[in-house]
Amino acid sequence: MPDPLFAHGVDLAVFVIVLVKVLVAFGALLVSVLLMIWFERKVISDMQNRIGPNRAGPFGLLQTLADGTKLFFKEDLLPERADRVVFRLAPFLSLLPAFLIFTVVPVGGVVTIAHHVIELQVADPPIGILLVLALSSVAVYGTMLAGWSSGSKYPLLGAVRASAQMISYEAAMGLTVVTVVLEAHSLSTRTIVQSQAVHFWQWNWLRLGIVPFVLFFIASTAELNRPPFDLAEGESELGGGFHTEYSSIRFALFFMAEFMNTVTMSAVVVTLFFGGPDGPGFHFLRWLWPIAWFLGKTIAFCYIQVWIRASLPRMRYDQLMNVGWKVLIPLSLAWLLVVAGVIQSAAWGFAIIGGCLLAWALLGQSVRIARLRREALVEGDAALGAEDDVRGGVAPRGTGITSLRPVPGGGKVGG
Amino acid sequence: MGYFGELRFFGGFKQTLTQVLEPRVTTEYPKEKRPKPPRLHGRHVLNRYEDGMEKCIGCELCAAVCPADCIYVRGADNPEDAPVSPGERFGFVYEINYLRCIHCDMCVEACPTEAITETKMFEFSFTSRADAIYTKAELVVDDDGRPQKLPWEDWREGEDRFTSGWMRATSPSGAAAYEGEVQWSGELGYGVRAPEGGQSGKRDDEATGNISIREVARNKIPVRFGGRVR
Repeated sequence: MPDPLFAHGVDLAVFVIVLVKVLVAFGALLVSVLLMIWFERKVISDMQNRIGPNRAGPFGLLQTLADGTKLFFKEDLLPERADRVVFRLAPFLSLLPAFLIFTVVPVGGVVTIAHHVIELQVADPPIGILLVLALSSVAVYGTMLAGWSSGSKYPLLGAVRASAQMISYEAAMGLTVVTVVLEAHSLSTRTIVQSQAVHFWQWNWLRLGIVPFVLFFIASTAELNRPPFDLAEGESELGGGFHTEYSSIRFALFFMAEFMNTVTMSAVVVTLFFGGPDGPGFHFLRWLWPIAWFLGKTIAFCYIQVWIRASLPRMRYDQLMNVGWKVLIPLSLAWLLVVAGVIQSAAWGFAIIGGCLLAWALLGQSVRIARLRREALVEGDAALGAEDDVRGGVAPRGTGITSLRPVPGGGKVGG
Repeated sequence: MGYFGELRFFGGFKQTLTQVLEPRVTTEYPKEKRPKPPRLHGRHVLNRYEDGMEKCIGCELCAAVCPADCIYVRGADNPEDAPVSPGERFGFVYEINYLRCIHCDMCVEACPTEAITETKMFEFSFTSRADAIYTKAELVVDDDGRPQKLPWEDWREGEDRFTSGWMRATSPSGAAAYEGEVQWSGELGYGVRAPEGGQSGKRDDEATGNISIREVARNKIPVRFGGRVR
């Protein structure tokens, strides 16, 4: 459904309305970043028996402003071996997508001012959710180019990690979004929200069976480089990761991007799986209730993000890859097939569930056999080595699975 | 373990959530100040005997042992008509540079006459390097046996009473047999100080200025850890 604002052509009033929407969204996002950083610090200090920022402003609300001012007045260093243009561009590349993603998120219902029907979102393109996916992958360019252009090894390592992580989790994220799109029959975010309207059991997280929501939430956390997936930063091993060489306001921009991404991704999760601005309202101020619902849900998800950060340690790199490739992608793929089958007909649904379970069982069995075979080989090598030791000779040790020796006994391998 | 082992993943989430209800451990320092432990190492004083004679004999052992090289001492012969210390020599010059001092208390351990001890006062912020060097004029206790209070020093209530806790805290060589035995001389204004109660249980906390930090912090410790907070 095209944006009703442009139904009668673009005149001055429409232009002004769009401008106001853009400016309001821009301002609101900037303020939300200030509040999000404060919120994160306060909640985490709550969870660690601390007080948190409480000096600047009431309840320390202006702490972020103070930090930003401090960073702004610090020296902006440019490393000697940095690629100057890219180095300066990178912070903006990671900040811009965070802004742009928010433009397609429906914040509220529809308001009519002077015969103009205004949707409470900056833009409602027919490819809304595709834009979200595309922009969230553009965001990694910021991280990657920052690390690459620094001309230093730790940032480069951080950049490599970030891009590999992004590729791994992007697929799972896209596949879970497809389930939502299948259910809503549309890529437009507003249509997706409208398809979940009226009753809370029609919200996608329940309607699609919780799994896509959980997968999307995990994948989006990884996509944002938020703990426990913040390997690109890795303070303990990479000394700050991709932004090691950044200082002053450019450093602040990265942090702004990170926290703005947290807010926008929470908003996207709410849009896709929790009905967006949908919820019971009352008669007075009808257009305000959806906004309140949207804000409440988004804040709840911001809290969950912070809670995750406070609770989980950073993952090891191989664990990250295992979760991405061996759990999230197969599971999201299987769930997508099941959802597609169930939408087609119940029979198709059961058939696909059966097929997925069968494939899972076969795969599991083959992995089990491979493991047993390897163990048997290693044991066989050890036994042969011991015999050689008794005879006083030096045994050429095999390397486990690549050994070409026959398996002694052979009985353990039969699967 | 087994299937329920996976659920332990959520234990961390429960832990962080329940921590929100726990009392805060933070002390908002300039606004509220925690009581200091009895043997805290603060600014030094040079003590005097009960008759007003200085205890320092200018032996320079404190300067020799100081790992930060912050003490400068010159001894001199006592003037025969007006001796400063009982004995042959006295500390003619005594300077401590507080920009270097690490408050390790080794000077106190080295001193053969208990002349130098440390008070519990550590909040002193001078604004010039000259102020950082305390000379004998500032270090020697006044005629009441109290430490001199300089304008930039923040003395708390009652802190000038317990200026040499360390000396009475331990028995010689840590031997339990000497616990509670007085091995030290009297001080101007205080007389012979009471020994600190050690393992014997015969303790006079009022006289020695001993406090239990745990007792003081009880209002911030949850009940299940032995405090008062429910």
